[in-house]
Amino acid sequence: MLAEYLPTLLFLIVATGIGIALILIGNFLGPKRPSPEKLSPYECGFNAFEDARMQFDVRYYLIAILFIVFDLEIAFVYPWALVFRELGVFGLIEMGVFLALLFIGFIYVWKKGALEWE
Amino acid sequence: MPLELLVEWTIKLLIGFVILMTTVAYLSLFERRMLGFMQMRQGPNRVGPFGLLQPVADGLKFIFKEDITPLAADKFLYVMAPALSLVPALMTFVLIPIGGEMKIPFIDRPIALHVTSVNVGVLAILAMTGMGVYGIVMAGYASNNKYSLMGGLRSSAQLVSYELAMSMSIVGVLLQAGSLDLVKIVANQGGWGGMQWHVFWFQPLGFIIFLISMVAETNRAPFDLPEAESELVAGFHTEYSSMKFAMFFIAEYANMVTASAMATVLFLGGWQGPGVAQLPLLGPFYFVAKMLFFLFLYIWLRASLPRLRYDQLMDFGWKFLLPLALINIVISATVAVVLL
Repeated sequence: MLAEYLPTLLFLIVATGIGIALILIGNFLGPKRPSPEKLSPYECGFNAFEDARMQFDVRYYLIAILFIVFDLEIAFVYPWALVFRELGVFGLIEMGVFLALLFIGFIYVWKKGALEWE
Repeated sequence: MPLELLVEWTIKLLIGFVILMTTVAYLSLFERRMLGFMQMRQGPNRVGPFGLLQPVADGLKFIFKEDITPLAADKFLYVMAPALSLVPALMTFVLIPIGGEMKIPFIDRPIALHVTSVNVGVLAILAMTGMGVYGIVMAGYASNNKYSLMGGLRSSAQLVSYELAMSMSIVGVLLQAGSLDLVKIVANQGGWGGMQWHVFWFQPLGFIIFLISMVAETNRAPFDLPEAESELVAGFHTEYSSMKFAMFFIAEYANMVTASAMATVLFLGGWQGPGVAQLPLLGPFYFVAKMLFFLFLYIWLRASLPRLRYDQLMDFGWKFLLPLALINIVISATVAVVLL
C-alpha cells in the first residue's frame, strides 16, 4: 500500500526543515569577524601554496567501478533471497552458478592487482 | 485517508524524533564519560549533576560560534553538504520498529510501536544510509582544502567498499525471514520463547560481518580513516565550524544509533526476548538494552583499538570481508534448503 510511505515523506520534510533551520541559526546568531587568515584554507599554519583541487589516485575510480559491479550483483541477490523458499534446490543451483561466475571475475580483478594499495 | 491515522503518524513522528535527538545528544556525553572512565579519569562532570547538562551547553556553544565560509570554497555545495549528510541520517529512524503491537489506555485498537512499516524496509534503509556519502564527498570537494579533499575521497572509497560486505551479510537474514519488512524480520525471530534470534539460528557469521562493516560504515574507530586527526587534521570537516560542524557531528551519531538499531533488528531479535509474548511492554526495554549494547561496543572499540592503515583497511574490506560474505550467502542458502 502506497499510503505507508507517507510518513517517510513527512519525515523527509521535517528533516529537511531541521537541516535548513540549523544552518540559518548558526549563520544568524554567530559573530561575524572575518579576516584574510581566517578565510584562507587551513594548512597547519602555512600559506596555502596551490589549489586544493589537485589530481588524485586513479584507484579511487577503480574502487568506484568495482563497487558498481558488485552492488548490481546484490540488487539481483536480494529478490532471489526473498523468493528462495519457493524456488528450493533449483534456486540454489541457479544462484550458485551466478555467484561462481562473479567470484571468477573477482579473482581475476584480484590477480590483476586492482585491489592493491601500497 | 482517515484523520485518525494521520494524527497517529504525527504523534509517532514527534516521539520518534525526540527520542532520536535525545539519544544522539546523550550518546556524546555517554561516550566522553565512558572514554574518561576507561582512561582512569572523570570525563565532563561539571555542567549539572554528573555532567548531565553537558549536551545542552555544547549545543549553545555551537550556536554562538562564528560560522566561517572560506573564500575559495564552492559556496553552494559548502552550505548544502552538512544538510545532505544530516537529513538521511535522521530519516532512517522512521522505519525502525522498537516494539510489537500493544494496548494503550483510552485507545480501542492495538498500536504498533513503529512509525511506518514498508515492504522494502531494509532496501530503503540501505538507500538512505548510502545517501550520506554524497554529503561527505561534497564537503570534501567544496572546502577547497587538501585535508578535506583527501578525507572525502578516502571516506567515499571506504563507505562503498564496506557497504558491499554489509549488504551481502544481510542476505543470509533475508533467506530466513523471506521479507524485507523490518517488522516481519523481527516477528520471524520470536521462537524459542523469544530467543530464536538470527545470531543464534545460523547467522553468527553474518552477524560478525555486519558488525565489522557497520563500524566501518559509520566512520568510527578503528576505521575512522576519513578523520584521522594525526594525518588529516579533521578530514572532510576541517573547514567547518559552528552549527555546520554540529550537523556533521549529529549525523555521525544518528548513523551510529541507526546502525545499532539495524543490527538489533536483523540479528538480535529486535524487541523479542523472554516474556515478550505475555507482556508486550517488555519489548521496547529489550530493544533499547540491545541497542545500548551496540553503542557501548562502539565506544569500547574506540577506547581499545588503534587505527588501521589505509591499505590494511581496503585489503580487509575487499580481500577478507567480501569473500567471507559471499561464502556466508552460500552456507546460509544451503542450510536453508536442508532445514527450512
